[in-house]
Amino acid sequence: MDFSIASILLLDGVTNGAIYALLGLATVLVFTVTRVIFIPQGEFVAYGALTLAMLQTGKTPGTVWLLLILSGLAALMELIERWRHHGSFSRAMSAAVKTLIFPVIVSLAAIWSAPQMFPLWVQSVLSVAIVTAFGPLVYRVAYQSLESATPLVLLIVSVGVHFALTGLGLLFFGAEGYRNPSFWDQRFTLGPVALSGQTVIIFITSLALIVMMWLYFERSLRGKALRATAVNQTGARLMGISSHTSGQLTFLMAALIGALSGLLIGPTTTVFYDSGFLIGLKGFVAAVMGGLASYPGALLGALFVGIVESFGAFWASAFKEVIVFTLVLPILLVRSLRSGHSDEDH
Amino acid sequence: MNNQKLFIWLLAAAVPVIALLPLPDFWIAQLNYIGLYALVCLGLVLLTGVGGLTSFGQAAFVGVGAYTTAWLTLNTGMSPWLTLFVGLGLTAISAIVVGAITLRMSGHYLPLATIAWGLSLYYLMGNLDALGKYDGLLGLKSLSIGGIDIGQGRLFFVLTWTLLIAGAIALLNLLDSRPGRAIRSLKGGSQMAEAMGISTFRYKVTIFLIAALFASVAGWLLAHFQRTVNPSAFGLKMGIEYLFMAVIGGVGYVWGAIVGAGLIKLLDDYLQVALPALIGTSGSYEVIVFGVAMVLVLKYLPEGIWSLVARKLPRPPRKMDWQDAEPLSTRTKPALGELVLRIDKIRKQFGGLTAVNDISFDLHAGKIVGLIGPNGAGKSTTFNLITGALSKTSGQVNYRGQDITSLPSREISRLGMARTFQHVKMIPDMTVLENVALGAYTRGESGVISSMLRTNTAEEQRFMREAQHQLERIGMGNYLHELAGNLSMGPQRLMEIARALCCDPALLLLDEPAAGLRHKEKRELAQVLRQLQGEGMSILLVEHDMDLVMEVCDHLVVMEFGTLLTQGSPAEIQASPAVRAAYLGTEH
Repeated sequence: MDFSIASILLLDGVTNGAIYALLGLATVLVFTVTRVIFIPQGEFVAYGALTLAMLQTGKTPGTVWLLLILSGLAALMELIERWRHHGSFSRAMSAAVKTLIFPVIVSLAAIWSAPQMFPLWVQSVLSVAIVTAFGPLVYRVAYQSLESATPLVLLIVSVGVHFALTGLGLLFFGAEGYRNPSFWDQRFTLGPVALSGQTVIIFITSLALIVMMWLYFERSLRGKALRATAVNQTGARLMGISSHTSGQLTFLMAALIGALSGLLIGPTTTVFYDSGFLIGLKGFVAAVMGGLASYPGALLGALFVGIVESFGAFWASAFKEVIVFTLVLPILLVRSLRSGHSDEDH
Repeated sequence: MNNQKLFIWLLAAAVPVIALLPLPDFWIAQLNYIGLYALVCLGLVLLTGVGGLTSFGQAAFVGVGAYTTAWLTLNTGMSPWLTLFVGLGLTAISAIVVGAITLRMSGHYLPLATIAWGLSLYYLMGNLDALGKYDGLLGLKSLSIGGIDIGQGRLFFVLTWTLLIAGAIALLNLLDSRPGRAIRSLKGGSQMAEAMGISTFRYKVTIFLIAALFASVAGWLLAHFQRTVNPSAFGLKMGIEYLFMAVIGGVGYVWGAIVGAGLIKLLDDYLQVALPALIGTSGSYEVIVFGVAMVLVLKYLPEGIWSLVARKLPRPPRKMDWQDAEPLSTRTKPALGELVLRIDKIRKQFGGLTAVNDISFDLHAGKIVGLIGPNGAGKSTTFNLITGALSKTSGQVNYRGQDITSLPSREISRLGMARTFQHVKMIPDMTVLENVALGAYTRGESGVISSMLRTNTAEEQRFMREAQHQLERIGMGNYLHELAGNLSMGPQRLMEIARALCCDPALLLLDEPAAGLRHKEKRELAQVLRQLQGEGMSILLVEHDMDLVMEVCDHLVVMEFGTLLTQGSPAEIQASPAVRAAYLGTEH
């Protein structure tokens, strides 16, 4: 291996690593606020890429129908629960309508605009909006009533949601894979390394998102409220911070990050309905490196995973997944030795 | 437990009958698969239902068992009856490695590690030339004994279900034994279990290992039944499905494993045909149904389908067969007046907060010492420092002439220091008798294997005799067979004292034993304490009820804001202006 191959591999690894970093951050975010280990994070990635691919062909993406069904279900649950709880039908109705409003507007916009073949960036914004709308709905339907369950039960629920979303992906997108057009076809050469416009976009977007998340959690009241929920749910609730709202907001952010990652990864690889799982899990391995609690830890972990993967692919391409996922064991060993004691009563 | 066992014996009787019935071969094959899957789920019942841990990697362990026998029988011509044990050995090694790495950390790291491990094993099997890549290995021989083919059809059915039933009986035996009670205590957090002298880490690894071995046996059977192995049966999807089977059937019940395996297998077969026909294209749409069903079950029926049946069944009391059992051996107690405990300047800091500030006092044999002080004075923290539940920032604890400063709580418990908890910690779904028997854990030695084989009966009888004796000693003889979770607060606290007494302690530490007790119950408690003192027991007591404290204690230690305010006889403390000020405030 000479320097030029090494630098190409390094660039490749860092590029993928940037996307794993986003997913790893989303995983940490969701876990710290809701204690949900969100296995289906990767499904949002596939949904994002495939929604854009469908819009590219001028068809209404299947996600729209799924979104309508899911929002209908969420609204119904909201209606029944509020009605039972408060006894006021009008209040329950308004809560249900609130649940419906964003998904329905997005869906209508998608149905109207799909045949118009708008430029790529409009379709991208629309795809992100559609997939982002899934976040709060998934939380509402699958997790909200289990808020006080143990992390173990929530993890099993996550696996159930992952199964359901993968199957629904197959139902609504079909088994065919898609590759999206590049957002920017410009190419740059830096010595031996050819930098594509897409790579530049991946770096810039990832960096921008990470900085935005940092600002949100450090500088805004809402972000601080989420952090409070992460530390102590009951305490936060007593301060007037609703755990329902926090959960839905967190899932909204997770879905947004997932959808954006889907758009970023779409032009570099062919995406199938079930591709998200492995991509998401690699973000996950990164998050585990940070102990599911540290954002910088997850970021470094993601870059490490990306680089290991690209070098692994070069040396033993058939075994690159084996290498990446076996990596979890030594990582956990180090964490276990460092922590030294087991957590009490959790 | 008795009911579950009755059902298992009924099933055992049914197996030869089913084998002789003129059922179509298709249904025999289905039953064979169900038996294999149930064997894997049985491991999950122990791991997830009882132990509160979980694994998505059981399919990978099935794969280890299957590939080991496939490769060895094809390449070396070894007998499958030998390769079974090679497979079990390899499974054990991998389970111990994965378990030892993850089980010191909080509970969700094990499932995460098993996801990663399951994935990497899947890709490894799918890419190794020696294992035939994704095509797998073909042409395995069916199992046979003395030339008779027992690897197919009805004979294989008998073999599989016999192994399953044997596994179920072994599991039920295990759960009703010394190690079984230790395993059942894992779910409630490690503090109580460790205080009873149980190494929770060791038992967590043990149940993960047992679950993996069950899966490995299933893999060995599966390989020789299908006569081919390929990675798809051992991937993460299958690992998740095994967990689904166990959870939907009822992960807390041995029968849940069998019901869940049957249900999912039949549903899976049906949906794999019906859904693509309905939708019009092929594909594994059944995962949608499974995923949704999983969420619904966890929401509305978290204990699974079998819990509906189990709730209806009567719960006969345990057969009392221990009247003639030999008493457990006891330790030598300190002589009256001997120094039992010396606390020397122990200190605990949580960051900048000093919760316990250089506390020192002594306790002599046969005395009751009360540790009192206003709320937040650091009494319970002091307790946790003495018993080793918390590590000390500085200071020393000496117990019967031995330095126990840095011993973990389970070692301290083994030396004869037993405790109760401010918030009662018990196993709600075990009877009072069984909960109390947990206290005698350190006084026995029967292990997992002897418990599974039921060669531990004599020791069990000695445990039960001791538990009954201790319960009667504190006036709880009427509650033996009641479920601990059904007790009200007072009896729960008394049960904790009986459990502590079962450790055969030389020093008893009681953390607010009178909290939540009614007046009459408090009188009885005072009586019990004095009676124990009369028998030579040394007691350290944290308590808020001043009447009780003043009545029973020989010596009082008063704490305020983590520091030692004063100590002395009850009369001196009652007269002390400083104590009055601490409790009631001062006039200005």
